[in-house]
Amino acid sequence: MPSTLNPGTFNPGTSESATSLQTGPGDSAEWHLRHEGTRATFQLQGDWIGRLGPAPGDVGELLACPVRGLTSICFDTSRLGRWDSLLIAFLWQVRSIAGEKGLTFNEGGLPEASRHLLSLLDDTPAATAPIRKRPRWLALIGNAATGTLTEIGALSILLGQVSLRAGAAVMGRAKMRGVDLLDNLYDAGPAALPIVTVVNFLVGAILAFVGVVQLRRLAAESFVANLVGLALAREIAGVMTAIVMAGRTGGAYAARIATMQGNEEIDALQASGIPVEDYIVLPSVIALTATMPLLYLYGCAIGILGGFTVAIAMMNVTPLAYLQQTRMAVPLGQFAFGFVKSLCFGTLIALTSCRIGMQAGRSAAAVGRAATSAVVVGIVGVIALDAIFAVGANALGH
Amino acid sequence: MSEPILELQGITLAFGPKVIQHDLDFRVRRGTIFAVMGGSGCGKSTVLKSIIGLLRPAAGRVLVEGEDYWAADETRRTAIGRRFGVLFQSSALWSSLTVAENVGLPLRMFTSLDDAAINALVRVKLALVGMEQAAAAYPSELSGGMRKRAGLARALALDPDVLFFDEPSAGLDPVTSRRLDDLILQLRDGFGQTIVLVSHELPSLFSIADDGVFLDARTHTAIAHGSPSALRDTSTNPVVQAFMRRERLDQEQSSGSEGFGTQDFGGQDFGIQNTEAG
Repeated sequence: MPSTLNPGTFNPGTSESATSLQTGPGDSAEWHLRHEGTRATFQLQGDWIGRLGPAPGDVGELLACPVRGLTSICFDTSRLGRWDSLLIAFLWQVRSIAGEKGLTFNEGGLPEASRHLLSLLDDTPAATAPIRKRPRWLALIGNAATGTLTEIGALSILLGQVSLRAGAAVMGRAKMRGVDLLDNLYDAGPAALPIVTVVNFLVGAILAFVGVVQLRRLAAESFVANLVGLALAREIAGVMTAIVMAGRTGGAYAARIATMQGNEEIDALQASGIPVEDYIVLPSVIALTATMPLLYLYGCAIGILGGFTVAIAMMNVTPLAYLQQTRMAVPLGQFAFGFVKSLCFGTLIALTSCRIGMQAGRSAAAVGRAATSAVVVGIVGVIALDAIFAVGANALGH
Repeated sequence: MSEPILELQGITLAFGPKVIQHDLDFRVRRGTIFAVMGGSGCGKSTVLKSIIGLLRPAAGRVLVEGEDYWAADETRRTAIGRRFGVLFQSSALWSSLTVAENVGLPLRMFTSLDDAAINALVRVKLALVGMEQAAAAYPSELSGGMRKRAGLARALALDPDVLFFDEPSAGLDPVTSRRLDDLILQLRDGFGQTIVLVSHELPSLFSIADDGVFLDARTHTAIAHGSPSALRDTSTNPVVQAFMRRERLDQEQSSGSEGFGTQDFGGQDFGIQNTEAG
């Protein structure tokens, strides 16, 4: 009858060839120590199978205290059942201790197979794990500060390199593949339209909804068109689109480059003499810089449409009147402002995510961390840059 | 002892319409070292994957101790799989864990041993493969050969009944490769484990394999059964002969699947004896 594979079915370690198929749990592993004059004998009994149950008691302390007149250690395995590496680990430990104490380790009573396996193990002491000291909090702050400054510097260098190579790319002299650029353009452009549409439409609708409710109190409902149009064009559409793209495309760039790092693909590029900036970073930066302003404009339009939908539903106004109001309220300069900002957002997101990808470690967890970090840095960077633009525009009187 | 521990009956492996191997029949006896041989790209690793549960065969049965593996439900398959130990071709170490943690993870998950016992067992496994000094290193810090040895130690973690080794000697220096051969022999003789080995390394195959099967990339099936030494000495198939004697095949007889001569002669056996020099 075919037996089922239960733990304990196989019989690996007795001195006869394995023929019997035992079922059910085995006897627990035990050892007893007998002292006979100058000899200590370990009596081993039961089934010494690692996966079946608790290990037998530790022998270290027992032999630590010297017993007078003890010169050798022997083994009695007459009642030993099945065994696997649990027995080997035990014997190895006893052998090391015997070596330390200068006792003779008599292998005679052990199963022959275990003696062969034991002979493969040497007695060098275990390598101590390297002590990774926990840094003090002052060191942590210092490291974080110098790290941030280093990264800002590295990003500036990367920006400079990419700008120079972009010029070369226009003349067709960069080591960038056209198909990579097209791939990235598609990914950062048309492929992102669905999410940009959804997000901006909803944002426009929300703005209109809140606006109508509040402005109704001041009998100034008609200004909803102004509110939606100006808010979207000046700030919201640009920032929301940038945040969405940071999450979507920034994370993807970082994860892709981090995985290439782990697969040694970056090493292979460098060894082949293909500059990483040209081959990987340049298409990503050009693509995102080119598509971000276009997505912004598209987002504005969709957002106004969203506001329009809500306003028509909630107010007593004709569609044409709403759109006319919007057109008169938002000067063209606002769109230009948003356009320029979006250009900068695109470059920022692409540069930071590529840089973070290249700095990633080489494990699976490191790829995840790189993607997360790229998204966070991208979003925070976009907001910070937006604030700088706002302050700058204010200072210039716009 | 009479019942084989593993048996493949009429196995066909395919990825969609592309058939990798078909009508595979062979038996692995308990406590033997079984070699799966063949040219590159013939599907040796794929056969391994179908036995350990990673690829469902398109046809045929995999019998583990007489029980149909793929007919069982997932829980049963997992239970059976726990008695297997696998060394993957690229070691497949978990990159976020140290070597010691890699080897210890199966022990932590599937036994009730305490930390001290687990550490002792991990030490034994690492010492058997000669990786004791690198126990606290991460896989990304190791060389290719070291990663392979760490993967081997992990395959041994639960003292499985059947071990599957996919190219265990690839990337190892001759001394370490010889040591690995000795270890494999000890595992068979000491623990009585059965070992299924995919390997190209002829010296190892000749010295340790008890039995084997030779897969052909051109006809996509097994063309010879027997130990590597027996095949070398008695086989008349030119493809098998060329493999065992490390000789070049003539263009028409090649069994390579990647363009080193892929004319299909409809399975004709040329019966040409390779003449030895001198």
